Amino acid sequence: MSTDLTVVVIAAAFSGGLSSEWSVGGRDTVQAIRTLLISFFEWFGELGRFCGQLIRSAVSPPFEWRELVRQMDAVGAKSFPLVAVAGAATGVVLSLQTRDSLIRFGAKSFLPAVIVFSLIRETGPIIAGLVVSGRVGAGIGAELGSMKVTEQIDAIEASAVDPFKFLVATRVLACITMLPLLTLVADFCGILTGWVANTLAEPVSLRLFLNHGFRSVTFHDFLPSTIKTAVFGSIMGVVSCFQGMRTSGGTEGVGRSATSSVVLSSLFIILADVVLVRVILVFYP
Amino acid sequence: MSLIETQTDQAPVSVTGLSKSFGNQKVLTALDLTVNRGETVVLLGRSGTGKSVLLKLIIGLQQADEGSIRINGREIAELSLDELNETRKTIGFLFQQAALYDSLTVEDNVAFPLSRHTRLAPAERTQRVRELLERVGMEQDVNKMPSELSGGMQKRVGLARALALEPEILLFDEPTAGLDPITSDEIGKLISKLKKERTMTGIVVTHDIHGAKEFSDRFVMIHEGQIVIEGTFGKLQKSQDPFVVQFMRGVV
Repeated sequence: MSTDLTVVVIAAAFSGGLSSEWSVGGRDTVQAIRTLLISFFEWFGELGRFCGQLIRSAVSPPFEWRELVRQMDAVGAKSFPLVAVAGAATGVVLSLQTRDSLIRFGAKSFLPAVIVFSLIRETGPIIAGLVVSGRVGAGIGAELGSMKVTEQIDAIEASAVDPFKFLVATRVLACITMLPLLTLVADFCGILTGWVANTLAEPVSLRLFLNHGFRSVTFHDFLPSTIKTAVFGSIMGVVSCFQGMRTSGGTEGVGRSATSSVVLSSLFIILADVVLVRVILVFYP
Repeated sequence: MSLIETQTDQAPVSVTGLSKSFGNQKVLTALDLTVNRGETVVLLGRSGTGKSVLLKLIIGLQQADEGSIRINGREIAELSLDELNETRKTIGFLFQQAALYDSLTVEDNVAFPLSRHTRLAPAERTQRVRELLERVGMEQDVNKMPSELSGGMQKRVGLARALALEPEILLFDEPTAGLDPITSDEIGKLISKLKKERTMTGIVVTHDIHGAKEFSDRFVMIHEGQIVIEGTFGKLQKSQDPFVVQFMRGVV
């Protein structure tokens, strides 16, 4: 039942324009659900074809190195301040919230470990994923969308250049490579501000905080969680490029693409996280 | 001489029985058109009659429902993507809104096809870009972004980009649309100059019939997806066809 409901909700997200049909009589509602389901499966079908074309373009030379570097700068370096602030804020909040709870259970000495564990294993990756998907997803959706409606993508094709190679592969690769690095930034800033918030309440040296925090952290806590953000990166890259490249309907369409890029990227990142956490726990219990 | 070699005795562009619909709307119906080597054909017709669609079909940006499009004798629907791209290198396309790449400078826009399809050294490429921009009178603006240019300037840069590979066939989609009469005249003169400088096989979609007289070898008027008349400006003026009469009266 809940699966059916999820399918309908996601289908509704893909074809927002059809929502007015819900208020009409029963038969129309059935028809509307059918249309939504069809558009839902069509969307995934087209996405599959898009991914196939993307992989073909990405692995065949010549490669667009210059554009790749430009995109890595746009996705990575330009998201740096945002991710740093989001990570820092998360560190403070984690410190404030858990401190209170741990004191209540008499486990105050675990505070550094809780902050470090929580940031490295889950909070850092998901915060980086969602914040970057908001910034980069909207950017890619709007940029490719406006290129589509102003015929720039047609112009690339007319110049005998593969737009998948030039526009899509470079953006997706930039997202895949930059997101794990941005996650490190979120982790670092979060742990640092976690210590600052903690030391304001009760002074403790950074060295002691880190010693306590990292005492039982292993490489297995850090590596899979950080690398899983490459999957988040591929999701936001592929979904945003896909939404951007299928834009139609002028500037209104560009707005729709930007919005749906963010909404769908964030949604799929959260859903993928559920699966990835489970998979990681199987391999690294 | 073209940077991309083509050798054939066939007509550069040959379209037969071409039909294209969007949903229920028929845009082109069994259209036949042949453009001979060195000939410039001007396509006329009301907005939405499929003139731009025809250009996009010729360069393979859209697929025809029925009919055949041959570029130098090769059926484009039967080409693989690599072969289609080879064919595209012999065609220069000027888009209606110029379609310059927003994120690239004027210089990089013009260098875009050159850096991907030629083996020119960076210095030679820069030199070639300068020459192309000089040809369209834009050599002062190499480092500007497209957003800093006016509509007419964008069209000129678009023209320089279309000419970058010295294509054999040129397709112009409303080169003077949305421009003031003086800039329109300048663009018209540029096309005339091109025609004099080299053997230009071209299709020009335009509403500026008087400007087009300068470079047109043949006018072709499309109405309801088919050609209603083709010939010289004089022939169009003398036509008794009600649509042609109405169109020409509107223009004159």
